[in-house]
Order: sequence, then structure tokens, then C-alpha cells
Amino acid sequence: MSIIAEETTRVLPAEPNAFQKVRAVLFGRPETVFATAVIAIFILIALLAPWLAPYDPLAQSILKINRLPSAENWLGTDQFGRDVLSRLIYGSRNSLLFGFISPVLAAIFGTMLGVIAGYFGGIVDRLISRVIDLLLAFPELLLAILIAAVLGGGFWNIIAVITVAFIPGFARVARAQTLSVKQEPYVEAAIAVGVRTPVIIVRHIIPNIMAPIVALMTLWVASAIRIEASLSFLGIGTRAPNPSWGNIIRDGLNSLFGSPWPIIGAGIAITLVVLSFNLVGDAIRDALDPSTAR
Amino acid sequence: MARYLLLRLADAIPTLLLVLTLVFIAMRILPGDPALAALGDAALPEQLAEFRERMGLNVPLWQQYFNFLGGVLTLDFGRSLLSNTPVLTLIAQNLPYTIELTVAAMLMGIVAGIPLGVVAATNRNKTPDTGVRLFSLIGYAIPDFFLGALLLITFALNLGWFPINGAGTDFVSRMHHIFLPALTLAFVKAAFLGRLTRTSLLEVLGKDYVRTARAKGAKENRVIYRHGLRNAMLPISTGLGLSLLSTLSGSVAVELVFNRPGIGRLLIDAIAERDYAVIQGGVLVFAGFVVLINLLMDLVYVVVDPRVRVK
Repeated sequence: MSIIAEETTRVLPAEPNAFQKVRAVLFGRPETVFATAVIAIFILIALLAPWLAPYDPLAQSILKINRLPSAENWLGTDQFGRDVLSRLIYGSRNSLLFGFISPVLAAIFGTMLGVIAGYFGGIVDRLISRVIDLLLAFPELLLAILIAAVLGGGFWNIIAVITVAFIPGFARVARAQTLSVKQEPYVEAAIAVGVRTPVIIVRHIIPNIMAPIVALMTLWVASAIRIEASLSFLGIGTRAPNPSWGNIIRDGLNSLFGSPWPIIGAGIAITLVVLSFNLVGDAIRDALDPSTAR
Repeated sequence: MARYLLLRLADAIPTLLLVLTLVFIAMRILPGDPALAALGDAALPEQLAEFRERMGLNVPLWQQYFNFLGGVLTLDFGRSLLSNTPVLTLIAQNLPYTIELTVAAMLMGIVAGIPLGVVAATNRNKTPDTGVRLFSLIGYAIPDFFLGALLLITFALNLGWFPINGAGTDFVSRMHHIFLPALTLAFVKAAFLGRLTRTSLLEVLGKDYVRTARAKGAKENRVIYRHGLRNAMLPISTGLGLSLLSTLSGSVAVELVFNRPGIGRLLIDAIAERDYAVIQGGVLVFAGFVVLINLLMDLVYVVVDPRVRVK
């Protein structure tokens, strides 16, 4: 008797709340602790750029061209005498901004397309799926280069280019998920009691397909940063004289016999940030979408 | 088999048509007036009119579309606005260099990547495995143009072992010129293929027939190569196709780093000079490659895995 009483009063361990889940993901493995720290540092650098940068990133000086690192300019100067460290610090703003904005926009548009295709089916689905399948055949970077070749560089164009390059991936996942969620009894019940279609999509479909979409979004932050850097390196991304890690490397290569430090500094920054977002993205994917976990 | 191949080939036709249509829409409609885009805001009305006439932009859009399709079918991509050279000639001059670079990078990537994956899988969770994992993490993160610049500065500029630009003339000098650019692209390939080989091989090595082979007393090498790797080749061959596509997109930046001729270089230079006809030609070549490589991937799939048939 007493045993039964004891059993019934036993408290089940509390379901971890959102904060605990996020903490488990970000600090779960030693490598993600490192990655989270790197990302936090770079976000701080981007936010505090005006206070951290020792010089104006655009200020040129004929007197100090292609200087090697010194106490005055920690990473030296470029071919226009601009302080490399200040340009790297301001460049982090571009990388992180594009890294966050484009995947979010692509997730919104891609999910819309995928849900429409999956929910309505028929000719709409055939048309959307055909275009998506075609675009999925292109690597994102190549698609971005080809679209940027037509559109040209500049802030809004970069956002548009990276977003369009990512939309097919989101649309495919959203479509597949919608097809399976559509079969669920609660959706059939909603249809049976006459809930209007837009309400079903917003209230019943979208919340139930969000997990893989969010996982994909975090994985693509790293890709977006890489693509922005590549486009800026190719001269079809962030326009000079505005600093971006990609065009700092481009400038560094153009004055190859000057100082190698712009290339080394910007390259390490890109590699570190992309590596960190890859690690965190993997961890979030494993947490949200256990079926694809390693 | 023959039926599948025919069906798959027939399926490539609407795909190509769709690609052409998308390129047409992007080039004619999206950026506003191509004449203004090419000549700049300061262009005189007569210049704009002349440009439209020359590019065939003064006829209705549907007619432009059919002219465009006809041009592509007859391999007439127009002439460069700058040099007046036919775009086809420019493509023919540059394409061999891009193909050469892609093939060299793929070979180097395969030769390094697959053995790395085998070593990682057979030493699971030991030091070699961790090393391969670290290598692939870095390979996934490092931008190819940064790695290329580092190799260029170290081995060409400082040590003088390799030329710093161009593509060379005779065979030996071409191999000499291609080594660093190909190595740059191969590094990323090897990271990707190493990881993929490890995962695929581990999955196969967990299968029942591998246990049976071991139980029969087959030598470990035979188990790994005959029973393991052979069956892991299916996902690896898909990975090779994807890898080929990403090598192609990476070649654009690498050609720029090493100042090599090639299609990517042609495209990027054309963008800088607003050479509309060449941009369109370059975009079409890359898009054509993507369609072609996807088709080849599907065909390889049938050969490697006879179970794959039309659904």
C-alpha cells in the first residue's frame, strides 16, 4: 500500500523549457561552447564597431601605404593607407547582417511557396516543383553568382541574390513536410468542420513544419556568410570602398606585393565565423530534427 | 535500361527550355533597361537606340524570346560589346582552361578524399578519425579564394616554386600552372569526400553481410574493400556529382585568384565591363553545365546501382 502511495506521488522530471533546450544545444559539446563564444565575440565586435575600431575604415592616407603590422596599425594598412584592423572590424557588420537576414527571408518565401505547392497540389504544385527542382540542381554559390551577374552588386541586390539562391531548399523541405502534415487527423478535422483554408495553413500547417525549417535556417547562416564573402571577392557583392571581408581579400590580392595581412586577417575571420556557425547549426539540427542526426 | 536512358534524355529537354526561359527573363526583364545598364546613365538617346538595334532589343518581347532561343540553338550568342569578338569564340577560347582545372581538382580531391574517409571509418573514434573530422570541418569553412591566396603567397610569391599567374602553353608548363589552383579546389573536395566516404562506409560496415563475411574468416582488407567500399560507392558517386558542381562554382573565384583564363574569369570580367552579350553567354555555359552534370549523375546512378529504374 505504502509502495503504491509512494509511486503515485513521485514527480516526473520537468519537461525542459525553451531556455534549457537552447542552453543544452549551445553548450552541450566542447566544440559548440567554442563556436558559441566565437559567434558572441563577433556579434559584439559588429555591434561595437564604432568604439572598437581604432581608425575610420574609409580614411585614406598617402603617407602610410601597404604598411606591415606595427604598434600604430596592428594589422598594417592597405594600398590606400587605410587601417586594415578597422576595416576588418567594420567588415564584420556586413558579413553578419547578410548572414542573418538572407536565411530568414529565404525561409519565409521558401516556406510560403512550399506550403502552397504541398497543400494545394495539382497544377500549382507541378509548376512550383518543376522550377524548384531545376534551381536545386544548382549549387547555391553558383546560383548566387549567376543572379548577381545579371543584377550587379550593392546592399539590396546581395540580399535578393542570396535569398533567391536559398529559396528552393526551403521550398522543398516545406513542401515535403506539408504533404505529410496534411494527412494528420487534426488537419482533416479542421477541414471537416469548415475552417477556412488560410486559417488551416497558418494555424495548423505552418506551426507543425517549423522545426526542420528552423534547423535549415541556422545551417544556412554559414553558407550566407560564405556567399556574401565570395560575391564581394568577385566584385559583385559589397561595393568598394565599403569594407567587407570578401572585398578586403580582393583588395589584398590586387596589391599582392604589398602586405599579406589584409588577406590573412579577413580570411581567418571568415573561416572562424563560418566554422562556428557550422558547428552551432549542426547542433541545432541534431536537437530539432533527430532523424537526420549523425 | 535503354528505355530509362531515353526517358531521362527526353526529360532534359523541358529542363533546358526552362533554364533558357529563366535566363531570358533575368536578362531582359529584371534589371530594367539593358541598354541603360550597359551604357550608363550618361548615354545619349541615339547611342541607346543604336545599342537596342544591335542587340535586337527593339522588337516585341515575344519575338526577342524566339530570336534568343534560335540564337542558342544555332550557337549564336551574339558579339562582345567591347571587342566585337563573337561570344562563341570567347567561350571556346576559355572553356578548355575551366574544364582542365575542374578535372585536375576532381582527380586530386578523389585521390586524397576517399582514402581519408576509409582511414577515418576503419579507425572510428581514434586519432586518425578525429584528424579527418578536424580537416573536414576546416575544409567546409575555409573560403576557396582565401586558401588560394595563401597558397599563392606562400608557394608562388615567397618560395617561387610555382608561377603566379596565367595557364601555361605546353603540357609541362600547363601542369605546373594548374597545380596550385587545382590543389585549392581539391582541398575542399577532399574534406567533403572524406566525410562522405566515412559515413557511407560506416553504414555499410554495420550491415549483416559484412558480419557474415567476417564470420567466414575473410581478411579485413577484403571486407573493407570488396564488401564495404564497393557498396558504399553509390552514395559516394552521388557525392562526386555534387562535388563536381561545387568545383565548377569554386573555379570562378580560383581563376580570379590565380589570374587564370577560364569561363568564370570571362564572366567576372564581363560583369565589370557591363558586356551584356558575354554575361549572357557565360551564364548560359554554367547553366548548361549544371543540366549536363545532373543528367550524367542520373546515368551513372543507373550503372552503379541497377536497382534504380524509372518510378
